[in-house]
Amino acid sequence: MSSINHHLTDALLMSYASGTLDEGFSIVVATHVSLCDECRARMESFEAVGGSLVEDVDSVEMTEDALEATMALISAAPQFEVERKASGNVLPQPLCDYIGGDLEDVHWKPVGGGVKQSVLDVVGGAQVRLLSIPGGAAMPDHGHNGLELTLVLQGAFQDEDDRFGRGDIEVANEDLHHTPIAEAGQDCICLAATDAPLRFKGILPRLAQRFVGI
Amino acid sequence: MCGCATYSLQMPNDIVLELDAGTPSEAMYGARETTAAARDTKRRVTMNAERNDDWAAYVLRVKEHQDKQAFAELFRHFAPRVKAFLMKSGAEMTLAEECAQEVMATLWTKAHLFDPTRANVSTWVFTIARNKKIDALRRQRRPEPEDLAWGPEAEPDQADVMSIQQESDQLAKAVADLPEKQRELIERAYFGDLSHSEIAEETGLPLGTIKSRIRLALEKLRHEMR
Repeated sequence: MSSINHHLTDALLMSYASGTLDEGFSIVVATHVSLCDECRARMESFEAVGGSLVEDVDSVEMTEDALEATMALISAAPQFEVERKASGNVLPQPLCDYIGGDLEDVHWKPVGGGVKQSVLDVVGGAQVRLLSIPGGAAMPDHGHNGLELTLVLQGAFQDEDDRFGRGDIEVANEDLHHTPIAEAGQDCICLAATDAPLRFKGILPRLAQRFVGI
Repeated sequence: MCGCATYSLQMPNDIVLELDAGTPSEAMYGARETTAAARDTKRRVTMNAERNDDWAAYVLRVKEHQDKQAFAELFRHFAPRVKAFLMKSGAEMTLAEECAQEVMATLWTKAHLFDPTRANVSTWVFTIARNKKIDALRRQRRPEPEDLAWGPEAEPDQADVMSIQQESDQLAKAVADLPEKQRELIERAYFGDLSHSEIAEETGLPLGTIKSRIRLALEKLRHEMR
């Protein structure tokens, strides 16, 4: 757990803690936080800010029979809650919730060059997918229109400046142009979320983009 | 304090709040004039003092004895605040009432999941209300981080419970004391007016100490889970 070097920004943690971050980005934040106690502590601090606002708000009176109605809700509540699936070997719990299992349960679709993807079903403006990149393969050289979060779950990738291993998250915006390469060895599994289609620099990847939608 | 016996009988925990927020005594007795800002600060300060109420013990009573009296106290304090929070987040009155009841019901049914070494009750209630807001207002699913084991076999250390309570009080005071403009931005972020890209890189929130405290609690928990 201590080997994580790349963390979430305050803006993302605050947005997630306040409940305004889109579902697609929220999955990435929840997954990183599951692997990183440092960011979990930061997230829970932002929740404490929410707690102070709730405490400080000018309260609005409840209806007269509200307590009674609530006790009725409690009596009607199911006695046993559905248990969450435990974290898998590769996929942390929030991802298992969406996949319904661990890595071997992911339905992959090949997108060329040995790269595979699996798009998760979410609501809102941010799309999120699992990517599998063969060890040693380069991701297409691309820039970003909006925000892109990439979280490594297995293997590692490197760009011009840095190495990203399991638990590391890359937060990229329009300023970043880079050429990430999956480290030799096992396939690099990443969780990636974006609120804009990636734009590729080369003509060939751009053609491919129309077919695979990455 | 005179003339307020009925208030203190009905709502012992809220007496300071009611007096200052509703200012019935000032209205009745024509007390000193205060600017809105000064009154606001005064209200926040008294509320900070009031936070010493040991709500965590009430939640424990609900968890261990299904104590309806303790729940009624929690309800009286938190339900109107949750309702207000949801209305500020864009829910109309009826929906906010309905959701606030559901939030309070969740407080009962999930009392066993509350970890008083990592959060005070206000914070925990906030997270339940936030999740209800995402579900009912935004109609999105909420991806939750991995659950950390918290069971009846692991009794919370009272010193740790006290520490997080104190850190939460300190933080609440710091948030209340923020310059008006900055505080407004924080509120807009939490009530849903700001997107992640509109939140500043530097929030100006003094989160260092409470973060360290939560980090320690997490380490302890990880150690116990092994």
